[in-house]
Amino acid sequence: MAPAIELSGITKRFPGVVANDNINMTVEKGEIHAICGENGAGKSTLMKILYGMQPPDEGTMKVDGELVEFASPTDAIERGIGMVHQHFMLADQLTVLENIILGAEPVGTGGAIKFGDAEKHLARVAEDYGLTIDPNDMVESLEVGERQRVEIIKVLYRGAEILILDEPTAVLVPQEVEALFDNMRELKASGATILFIDHKLDEVLEISDSITVLRHGKTVASLPNDGVTAHDLAELMVGSELPTPETAESTVTDTVALRLSDITVANDDGRPVVNGVDLTIHQGEIVGIAGVEGNGQSEVVDAIIGTANVVGGSIEFLGRDITKESVRRRRESGIGYVPEDRHHEGLLLSSPLWENAALGHQTKSPYGSRWWLDPAGARAQTETIREQFDVRTPNIDVAAHALSGGNQQKLIIGRELTSNPEVLIAAHPTRGIDVGAQAAVWDDIRTARANGLATLLISADLDELIGLSDTIVVMLRGEFVATLSPDEVTPRDLGAYMTGAALQQQGAN
Amino acid sequence: MRRLAFSLAAPLGAFVLTLIVSTIALLAFGSSPTEAYGDMLSHAAKLETQVDILNRATPFYLSAVAAAIGFRMNLFNIGVEGQYLMGFLFAAQVGSMVNLPQVLHIFVIMATAMIVSSLYAGLAGILKTTRGVNEVISTIMLNSIAVGGLIAWLQQEWQADLGENFSSTALGTNEIAESGLLPTINGIVEIFTREVGQGKELTGMFLIAIAVGVAYYVLLNRTRFGFDLRASGINPFAARAGGVPPKRMVLAAMMLSGAVAGLIGMVELAERGKFPPDPIQGLGFAGIGVALLGRNNPGGMAFAAILFAFLDVSSGVLDSTGAASREIATIMQGIVLLTAVIAYGVANRLRERDEAREAAEALSANAEVVPA
Repeated sequence: MAPAIELSGITKRFPGVVANDNINMTVEKGEIHAICGENGAGKSTLMKILYGMQPPDEGTMKVDGELVEFASPTDAIERGIGMVHQHFMLADQLTVLENIILGAEPVGTGGAIKFGDAEKHLARVAEDYGLTIDPNDMVESLEVGERQRVEIIKVLYRGAEILILDEPTAVLVPQEVEALFDNMRELKASGATILFIDHKLDEVLEISDSITVLRHGKTVASLPNDGVTAHDLAELMVGSELPTPETAESTVTDTVALRLSDITVANDDGRPVVNGVDLTIHQGEIVGIAGVEGNGQSEVVDAIIGTANVVGGSIEFLGRDITKESVRRRRESGIGYVPEDRHHEGLLLSSPLWENAALGHQTKSPYGSRWWLDPAGARAQTETIREQFDVRTPNIDVAAHALSGGNQQKLIIGRELTSNPEVLIAAHPTRGIDVGAQAAVWDDIRTARANGLATLLISADLDELIGLSDTIVVMLRGEFVATLSPDEVTPRDLGAYMTGAALQQQGAN
Repeated sequence: MRRLAFSLAAPLGAFVLTLIVSTIALLAFGSSPTEAYGDMLSHAAKLETQVDILNRATPFYLSAVAAAIGFRMNLFNIGVEGQYLMGFLFAAQVGSMVNLPQVLHIFVIMATAMIVSSLYAGLAGILKTTRGVNEVISTIMLNSIAVGGLIAWLQQEWQADLGENFSSTALGTNEIAESGLLPTINGIVEIFTREVGQGKELTGMFLIAIAVGVAYYVLLNRTRFGFDLRASGINPFAARAGGVPPKRMVLAAMMLSGAVAGLIGMVELAERGKFPPDPIQGLGFAGIGVALLGRNNPGGMAFAAILFAFLDVSSGVLDSTGAASREIATIMQGIVLLTAVIAYGVANRLRERDEAREAAEALSANAEVVPA
């Protein structure tokens, strides 16, 4: 049987750079094939070529053994290739069915949409691939995982048998990842071929049948998922010894930098999402919060930054009660913030880098003052950040959206650390960035810690938490349920605490 | 260099497109395009017409800046119309009640206009920050309340006592004393040109509009407040996390927009010396188009204001020469706006792609792969 996709000698050059260099890859029919690589390794370019968004400069593509050339995604769709983008493209105000048929509506006489036919077809597709969805739900009422399922079905509805999933797990919480993987297995069982990009190696190992690793635009390995370890993969990706997040000797001091006492945060409905938590961070200390996402970690961060609805308790910063202070006052007095979603809360995507560097620090030298902005000072400081934190960019006047995720993150880390904060709130500081940038971020945080910085670290990466933190607290349903020492805890233990399993055991004993 | 090319391509493209479409329109109406364009240009070459154009462009520009202040933070102040008419009326009334030395008198009048307009705009700001009312809805409603309600009522209340001299042209508020009227600046113009004929006079507000443009540029690009304002417009969540108080910014931007709107009516006030029964209307809405065409940019809006004013004045010219129907000018205003929006959209997309490519190059510059 001919392979589903066969790429040979695919090369794509952009002025001054070879994004894909003689890539060879074979994807068998009915397999789940993972593509890993650092940011900038050429994964996205390769997917764009496969989906007909860009033509390759050299090389050939075969689909089901037939030589193909795609001029546009329409051609790719015709050949049964569908793509699910990382950022969903759904209309909130329409139903699932309406979203799915959008752009491919079955039209009857007089231009009326044949919803009945569409629904029947959808039901057949959903049954064929074992995916459940209520076609009449409004998309706005769906969870992230369900929205992703709608995107997948949308592609299947158009007849795709080869699915490209671009970092499908980046937006999902662990339970949703499980659901996605179940769906992927169902799809595979029904004969679909899946090609997916992922950063998280444990996920790659769990779900894929074969793995292709890209580095600097080349295929460095294409192997079956058979006896491969995450460590092997990571080394293939980076091409050198792996960095590990390990902190040297303790630098924890006696001075309390930040103290939360009995903090309660309410959500929009007035229900408490953080329930009477106490937390103390000393200078030179990194406190990590572990927890399955959605258990109140984000709200603790918001409470410290000043954007949450704090209904009880107090926050003390270097001995000063800041519970009622404005966000600006807090940021000015030395609370640095690396938000969990850099596009949402961290950057002005359409603004130049130097303005992004100023964001959050615009009231202070060198970026500005109470009344004035200081473009010259801000630019000079941005150049410093660019050098010190290795932000790779042609210049500091390009818009932030032009940078890759890792470089955007380095810019954010840089702007926060160069403004000499007393406390740093780092929420998922290495999420969605490549291994190289990750190591750089860890180094930066460690150096700042040695200089007396108090850090609150929130992360879904348990190795990162254990490797960097001096103390780990576990958050479950809005409360801190355990305080652990990173020296004595394994990711496995931590997982047990995060899901509440460890607590039940203790209760039983 | 490349950047300059991108920013020039859009207006140039829009201009060419506009010319093509309006030529087709002219031909469709059976007029001669060459004759019509010729008449428009030959009149615009006259000093008197130029004074007319600048007099018209001045309120357009002020109105555009007022709208642009809101636009820069994604706040759509559609209420410039009602705001400036309110300011105009109150300034006229207050100005007629006092008698002060010239500078002070003018200052009091302008301050009144700006404060009243600003407060009126602030109403929409308060509604938004306290009750979450969308400013588009509230400002549109406040326009109607101003024009059809408050102004209609206050015009009666403040109608000058005309006694025996009643005539419809004499209607309006009491006349402001000479000391309260902003002098025209023909003196300055004539330094550079010949004497301006036909009794045309360039409004003193022209200089104030230039000052407002400069202040707008400095405020946005050089002040911390301006940075906060732009940041809030681009990403309100990031701005908030960066310490920008969102509600205070909404109110401040709204009131600042209103304050600038207050100056619009001062052009007419200086000319007529009172709030007339038939003030020029629609300037607030025209400003939205001018701001859109000028990309909220102080220089761009100046150009757009002059272009709109030129087309306005040209409609009168075409009417009198009979080369084409006067509506062609309005059609051209509409076309230029549409084509500009399209051209800027395309140019923006190209520029973004260009930037992303450049950044990608930089990223792999030190990981340069030697092609096999």
